Amino acid sequence: MANKVYADAKSALEGLCSDGMTVMSGGFGLCGIPENLIVALRDSGVKEITVISNNAGVDGWGLGLLLETKQIKKMISSYVGENKEFARQYLAGELELEFNPQGTLAERCRAGGAGIAGFYTKTGVGTLVAEGKETKVFNGETFVLETGLVADLSIVKAWKGDKEGNLIFRKTARNFNPMMATAGKKCVAEVEILVETGELDPDAIHTPGIYVDRIVKGNFQKRIEQRTVRQRESA
Amino acid sequence: MAWSRDQLAQRAAKELRDGFYVNLGIGIPTLVANYIPDGVEVTLQSENGMLGMGPFPYEDEIDADLINAGKQTITALEKTSYFSSSDSFAMIRGGHIDLSILGAMEVSDRGDLANWMVPGKMVKGMGGAMDLVAGVKRVVVVMEHTSKDGASKLLKQCTLPLTGVNVVDLVITDLGVFEIDKYGSQPMKLIQLADDVTLEEMTAKTAAPFVNALR
Repeated sequence: MANKVYADAKSALEGLCSDGMTVMSGGFGLCGIPENLIVALRDSGVKEITVISNNAGVDGWGLGLLLETKQIKKMISSYVGENKEFARQYLAGELELEFNPQGTLAERCRAGGAGIAGFYTKTGVGTLVAEGKETKVFNGETFVLETGLVADLSIVKAWKGDKEGNLIFRKTARNFNPMMATAGKKCVAEVEILVETGELDPDAIHTPGIYVDRIVKGNFQKRIEQRTVRQRESA
Repeated sequence: MAWSRDQLAQRAAKELRDGFYVNLGIGIPTLVANYIPDGVEVTLQSENGMLGMGPFPYEDEIDADLINAGKQTITALEKTSYFSSSDSFAMIRGGHIDLSILGAMEVSDRGDLANWMVPGKMVKGMGGAMDLVAGVKRVVVVMEHTSKDGASKLLKQCTLPLTGVNVVDLVITDLGVFEIDKYGSQPMKLIQLADDVTLEEMTAKTAAPFVNALR
């Protein structure tokens, strides 16, 4: 049985990076992003990447790191409002951008990983998103054809994983990670806790190890974008 | 006096029904959670992958793995469940969410909605808005009645790129409330005026045709 466990994020990406590649990167905002693998991707020096990710990180963290070094050629995202360097590069014509509605983006990744070439959705009918795309009427309602997405590499973040690559996500850090794990030709997962095979409850596994080629235990900052709290009423 | 942001949220909260699954947009819609009427229990969905959203955490409860769609830290409830983004939008697109309350830049009298893009300005993206308006059973818009330069945001036809076509059921502005017959041909109905707003003022400030159906 091939060993899936790598010592660090850098070695986990060895041999998987080439200029012009397409990378799926899990996470929503900064929640559940593969922060170690993003740094390793930057350090690999790979250029002209197309990145499929719901968001584009923030200045100085997450995918924002790959924008600073201009390693990203194109982004496929649903919302990129948290990043000044992104706006600067986009407005200067240095960065291509394809907006997908969030649910369409999630489903495109799911479909890509499941071998489904395309699907019809109500989302975006009659808007810019549907321009140039085939539409079809089902039961009197118009749907637009969207295609499945695949990537050369997907990088995902889970809470726990075992040496087989089985993954368990935690709370809302799950987000895009499970679908993206299925849609990369190669998938590398980083986890907070790496356990021996057999220690995870098979009924609790979110992503079966078949989708995960390499796994690495990371060190996490887990930054928070909007720290919102309430005050305890004084007794 | 036109309604304040909190009064708008309070009026929108009257659209909640006991047992509803609800998705609240960013901005004024988020405030609706503060005004859930007595005897009404709703379950809030957050499209990043959570059902049963609780209030903001106390300082010592903050969890980086637990955020809402506005990327704010939040808490869970006893009934909470977590799921992937594709499951989340299956709920939304599949018509399982009862009500969505969203902000808007423009709404037409046919229920077209524009709330994601101003050409020539940096576009941040539509996020989940297009999926929500396409799939949720009932869509309520909460917005200022006019733009900063005083132009009506209720129009015969939207001028900005659309988020959805024939999607809005009810519009609540700081001046009043309109019902929209989104699939039919009936004109928009004015059903309520904000405190001290006159029909004359409403007519002067509304570019879309409407009929007076004040109750």
